[in-house]
Amino acid sequence: MSKRPRRAVAATIALVVVAAGAFFLWPDSTPRSAKVFQPPEVKAPRLTPEQYRAAITDVFGAHIDLGGRLEPVMRDGGLLVVGASSVSVTPAGMEQFDAMAEAISEQVLLREENRRVFLSCTPAKPDQPDDRCAAQFLTPVGERLFRRPLTEVELRSFVTAAAAAAKALGNFHEGLALSLAAMLTSPQFLFRIPVIEEDPDRSGGYRLDAYSRAARLSFFLWNTGPDAELLRAAREGELDSDRGLRRQVDRMMASPRLEEGVRAFFYDMLRFDTFETLSKDPTLFPKFSRREMADAQEQTLRTLVHLLLDEQGDYRDAFTTKKTFLTPSLAAIYQVPLAHDGPNGGVESWEPFEFSAEDPRAGILSHASFTALHSPPGRTSPTDRGKALREVLMCQNVPAPPPDVQFTVVQNTADPIHKTVRQRLIAHSTVPSCAGCHRIMDPMGLALENFDGAGEFRMVENGQPIDTSGDLDGVEFSNSLELAQVVRDNPAIPSCLVKRMTAYAFGQDLTQDQRVFLKQMRVHFRESGFKVPELMRAIVTSPEFFQAAPTRAAVPVDTITAAVGR
Amino acid sequence: MSTSRRGFLRGTFAGSAVAVGLPFLDCFLNESGTALAGTGQPLPSVFGNWFQYLGLNPGRWVPDQTGSNYKNKIELAMFDPWKERINLISGGYYHLDGRPVETHKTGVQIATLGGIPSGRESGASLDSDIADIIGRQTRFQTLDVTGTGGRFGVSKRAGAAYKPVEASPAALYRRIFGADFKDPNAAEFVPSTKALAKASVLSQVSDQRRAVLKAVGASDRARLDEYFTSLRQLEKQIAMQLEPPEPLPACKPPPSIAAEAEPGAEVTAVERNIDLFTSLLIHAVTCGQTRVFNVTMNTQGCRKAGSTQTWHGYTHEEPIDDALGYQPETTWFIMWANQLFANFLGKLEATPEGAGSVLDRMLVLWQTDHGYARTHTMDNVTTMTVGNAGGLFRTGRHIALAGDPVTRVGLTVQQGFGVRVSAWGSQSNRATRPITDMLI
Repeated sequence: MSKRPRRAVAATIALVVVAAGAFFLWPDSTPRSAKVFQPPEVKAPRLTPEQYRAAITDVFGAHIDLGGRLEPVMRDGGLLVVGASSVSVTPAGMEQFDAMAEAISEQVLLREENRRVFLSCTPAKPDQPDDRCAAQFLTPVGERLFRRPLTEVELRSFVTAAAAAAKALGNFHEGLALSLAAMLTSPQFLFRIPVIEEDPDRSGGYRLDAYSRAARLSFFLWNTGPDAELLRAAREGELDSDRGLRRQVDRMMASPRLEEGVRAFFYDMLRFDTFETLSKDPTLFPKFSRREMADAQEQTLRTLVHLLLDEQGDYRDAFTTKKTFLTPSLAAIYQVPLAHDGPNGGVESWEPFEFSAEDPRAGILSHASFTALHSPPGRTSPTDRGKALREVLMCQNVPAPPPDVQFTVVQNTADPIHKTVRQRLIAHSTVPSCAGCHRIMDPMGLALENFDGAGEFRMVENGQPIDTSGDLDGVEFSNSLELAQVVRDNPAIPSCLVKRMTAYAFGQDLTQDQRVFLKQMRVHFRESGFKVPELMRAIVTSPEFFQAAPTRAAVPVDTITAAVGR
Repeated sequence: MSTSRRGFLRGTFAGSAVAVGLPFLDCFLNESGTALAGTGQPLPSVFGNWFQYLGLNPGRWVPDQTGSNYKNKIELAMFDPWKERINLISGGYYHLDGRPVETHKTGVQIATLGGIPSGRESGASLDSDIADIIGRQTRFQTLDVTGTGGRFGVSKRAGAAYKPVEASPAALYRRIFGADFKDPNAAEFVPSTKALAKASVLSQVSDQRRAVLKAVGASDRARLDEYFTSLRQLEKQIAMQLEPPEPLPACKPPPSIAAEAEPGAEVTAVERNIDLFTSLLIHAVTCGQTRVFNVTMNTQGCRKAGSTQTWHGYTHEEPIDDALGYQPETTWFIMWANQLFANFLGKLEATPEGAGSVLDRMLVLWQTDHGYARTHTMDNVTTMTVGNAGGLFRTGRHIALAGDPVTRVGLTVQQGFGVRVSAWGSQSNRATRPITDMLI
């Protein structure tokens, strides 16, 4: 493999790849104003569907059926979690949240086997309200759902609501279930409402209050609300001290729940939610059904969790690792034998697998979760794959095509002259207005042309051998394995992870005002050996993580309750 | 009759769960069934928004004549049966004002929002403004579906994100005609005790919910305002379960749809889904469930079975056939999509209501994102309106805008439906003159 820089190409790239990419290659010439961290205004993000499900599972258990659909959020800055700070609840979404809330509350309180677990008291009369028993249930559940203790006003309103409903229905438990459902559709549950307070360490500065800090920690590390221990720490002021905070962070980092946090981050960053609307033509790709789509996501998440958490490995190795996990149906797509120990060779069993050194597959770019997700329904698109690599994994924005672009030179797949997609794209790229952008997308995508639109290996396209050579930012490669290595070694890869992970942690893209923090995190990530858990720890133990812009007065919860006339 | 149906039932119901016999359905309508006898008002107007991406072929749709005596060209010939009910608008522009074209996005924004938003904040789409006028009293202020997959449509409220769309007819059936549906023509009405209890619960927790508004900044407050707007809609839905609906003779709840929609945008799945959605939307209207609906025909992934190419892909990659003068496969999809809309109109017209059909009280606005998808042009954009919304509009004309912004159509439609707006749109897309040929 030649790594000879190709200056002309690099120059083109520098012109075309927009600021997002350049941002991470920024030399140490940071403007003076950017050397001081300016806290961002904290937002009240809405729970994503995934966070909603995780929170319910966390509080009530995995046996609660959450079969319904919830209103999605739109991706912003590459992340759903960031988009969650700019969406609300539409009327249709409210119907979905309401239906889901009723289904959950009925399972929790109207099914005898669950009620025994969650309701520790017995109402004086089962057909009458019982405020004491209702409060006994609603107080701890409310604290978990609202991620802070209920105020007196809140508790009283939910208890009164339960009583009114019990009276109307002639049933204590049904009334309590409706009150719980109302809690589950409350803005205090559906939105993470931040409360800020004066920061004792920074004169005139603000920070999140202890419960809001606990929530930010928990959603980042575990993708769910705080557990009882974290709420206790918040209540007793432990999170106010570095020592107390680090103790909780150590506990959370050591918890198996960290895996959920890592999975949720990569699910978001890798845009796996878009599998929901992915379709593949069954006549062209009969092996790739809904089930294989689910398996493809799981394969990549398992691979990442194993590398990053189990082995405490280098994030960059995710692009070259031969180790993965497969199901028999994925093994069929990858055309490899899979020995499995499941009962009767259970088709759903996951088995660790290591591709041979000669196998063209290495790293997550060769997974079907990348090659199939970034392909149209009936064919491959090197442009789509190259664009995804630039935008999803390198945080670089590829400009939109010019409005008057002529694509007709890219013939259809039955073109007798341009038989391979490479030939068609080269023909297309002779158009000057197209060439610049395609040059930064197509070469990487062409290196993955051995994997068809469903991720299956192929050597030829329309009878012609597939040429997988190309270059990334001037570094050449001849096939997918060499591409994997070149991607691994590209500095934009770890920089992008830092950008995405900090945005994920803060719930918003960090801007010029927070650039100094990004720089610190990039340095820390590099010095840690590109270990993702170390980056997560550095983010959450930094003072900046909890700082807030003084854009509005600090509003403690008591003030809120006063506002409603306690 | 001096006692209103609702007043009668309120008195009878008195807050308790009882079944109320309703043996006198017909007396609530006038003789022709075109108006509600209780109010003497005609059946309410309905607005439909059909957004079809990828447009038509230049040269194959603009009629040679303007006014009422125009002749449809080939790509609109399937609409000949409704020519007297249609206004065809040609020559309109989506003005860019120096902004870059975000293909398949900018056109949507101008068509539905009146301009290109700066930043994330933007106003409401025109269907939301119309829904605020005509849709506040229905169970669903709008119903939003997609015939071609995807998660978000073209409708939004001010400062909010685009609304999600329903892609599954089975799910839409459950939402409209599931357990909470009250048949307006049922012989007896049984108010829901659960709804009563639920209304009580929501009332009890209302104040403490609103307290969060005091704890957030301005941008979050706008988002929470939208939450409370949605909550009010939910409360209205619950309240509607406590009172018997006005009888609507044309309402005939459809058979249930058990099978989930085939995912994806393969043409036969699209045809199936659109056929089912059409039926559901018609029944939702005739049963008084909504007065505003949006159908998004996003073409992402739309393709024939077994084909490696999508409609969108064809628009860019298919050569123009020298003999035909157009892209054959792309044109197949254009004709196919137009026929789907024609089928939709046919079903509306075939649904009897009062002395005519349900189409009589509708206006359906058909819009698209580009003048010519192959090169993403923003001029000579096709726009149509179908129906006069119960006499609010004049129809049957080909209107040439001659370079005016397409937003003139949106302004006209909003004014016709009673939205108090004298201008609509921003910068060069700001329309200040409605199309008077369309207004009564």
